[in-house]
Amino acid sequence: MNYFVLLGILIVVIGFAVRLNPLLVVTVAALATGLIAGKPLLVVIAAFGKAFNDNRFVTIIYILLPVIGLLERYGLQQRARTLIGGMRRATTGRLLIAYLLFRQILASLGLTSVGGPAQTVRPLVAPMAEAAAEKQDPGIDEAGRERVKAFAAATDNVGLFFGEDIFIAIGSILLMVGFLEQNGIHLEPLQLSVFAIPTAVLAFLIHGARLLWLDRRLGGGTRKPFGLSPSKPSPSFCGEGEKGRPSTGSGRTERGDRA
Amino acid sequence: MIGLHHLYLLTGAVFAAFAILSVRDRANRRRLGNAAFWGLVATSFFAGDYLGDLGNGVLVLVLVALAGFGALGRGQPPTTSPEEKAASSERRGNRLFLPALIIPATALAGTLLLKNSGWIDPKQVTLVSLGAGMLIALAVCYAWLRPPVLASLQEGRRLMDSVGWAAVLPQMLAALGAVFALAGVGDVVGAVATRALPPGSLLAAVAVYALGMAAFTMIMGNAFAAFPVMAGAVGLPILIHHFHGNPAPVAAIGMLAGFCGTLMTPMAANFNIVPAALLELKDRNAVVKAQVGTAIPLLLCNVALIYFLAFR
Repeated sequence: MNYFVLLGILIVVIGFAVRLNPLLVVTVAALATGLIAGKPLLVVIAAFGKAFNDNRFVTIIYILLPVIGLLERYGLQQRARTLIGGMRRATTGRLLIAYLLFRQILASLGLTSVGGPAQTVRPLVAPMAEAAAEKQDPGIDEAGRERVKAFAAATDNVGLFFGEDIFIAIGSILLMVGFLEQNGIHLEPLQLSVFAIPTAVLAFLIHGARLLWLDRRLGGGTRKPFGLSPSKPSPSFCGEGEKGRPSTGSGRTERGDRA
Repeated sequence: MIGLHHLYLLTGAVFAAFAILSVRDRANRRRLGNAAFWGLVATSFFAGDYLGDLGNGVLVLVLVALAGFGALGRGQPPTTSPEEKAASSERRGNRLFLPALIIPATALAGTLLLKNSGWIDPKQVTLVSLGAGMLIALAVCYAWLRPPVLASLQEGRRLMDSVGWAAVLPQMLAALGAVFALAGVGDVVGAVATRALPPGSLLAAVAVYALGMAAFTMIMGNAFAAFPVMAGAVGLPILIHHFHGNPAPVAAIGMLAGFCGTLMTPMAANFNIVPAALLELKDRNAVVKAQVGTAIPLLLCNVALIYFLAFR
């Protein structure tokens, strides 16, 4: 067995870590791996080109950009913010929990393409989450905004991944049925997909709890910051440190009337 | 019958428009780089099936050279000012959401209603419905908002340039996975995982299986590539045959352990890097960082679930 083929993985890890252009890193890793495995250069390039061509469907999603861009030209993101601004009880966490549930349920029915970064996150979910965060913490800084938007995209992924496997005709279920079949084990898709349900529930609970925690950090929740040592900022509140705190405090007092 | 081929022609046309509009964008110093990059992507969609494998490989290498050596800039198409956007939002109200909702609604309706219509390739019905939703939404926008003729393509190009080369990264990583498979990387990883197993301990075997699935998914960027390797090396021989585990939870929850890995890796670019680019986040790993706190506890839950559900 040729253990040197693992060098390609090392190239990827180091290349990503030192922030070289990922396209260059991936190409160098592919060519190196192929050559180490003893394949001729042209064979490696052809295999690389064939797989690139076979996977074009993942890039189709960009045909939505002209519509999204046009609606943004006429104020779609502003509208999403106004809508959330008018809802007194809307918080970033609650909004994203609702979206998480919506995404998980639709994905479990096989409707995976209804949401997504281009379909829903950029035009609707991210601006709404950001608007809610602005209400909770009027002094929110750029790092805080980035974090809220990143959570919007993260919630979309969690909802998709831990919903879709409940659907019996999704690719990963069919892959498992095929793999087991080849090895002499006959299972129906439904027998596999029921075992996706416990993880789906746990994913909702874990990610939902983190979203509520995000709310607390933004100042939309109770008085004390969540954590073992309330006197210190949470260490995982990455990089914002003391800067975010005064505004978080003022945000809290403004909403003292809330339940 | 409408299928993937037609969708590729539509996608090629959109990228070709981005390329042509890039050439004329004098505000972008690197406009020819952008035009060449989007032009090649358009070529791939129009003619990828006729270029041959080596031809496609060369096309990819040129794309990489353009992106890797900084030939891409960012276009500045004319758009509305923040004040105009606010005024339009005020005037048009919540009706602005309708065109945006046409896209998911059409995808939903198409998937549910047109699957067996015979008009659409049943395997591609969701993607084709998504394309149809885009065209309907675009038509509604033009009829209602009456924008300048090229406005949608120019605004689309603005967003496309903000994504930049990251747009083809998911395809590149899939191609890397194919080369890894050609070189037998999976066999080596499976052998390493088997060697990491302490003999006799069921919990350790479950942990190596689930954590190995997540780790190999992080390397490949895709649980589909990791599953056959880890299930073949550990799941089937050790958990199912040796310890007599129930195959359904071993396989199903093993795959979900792999999905936890997908949440934690920049290699799953379409889920983790592309959204960061689309949202114009400064840190391209910001989405991964937001997901790690969910992925790690969930991965440990999956270890426990396999242990308790498959071995009763």
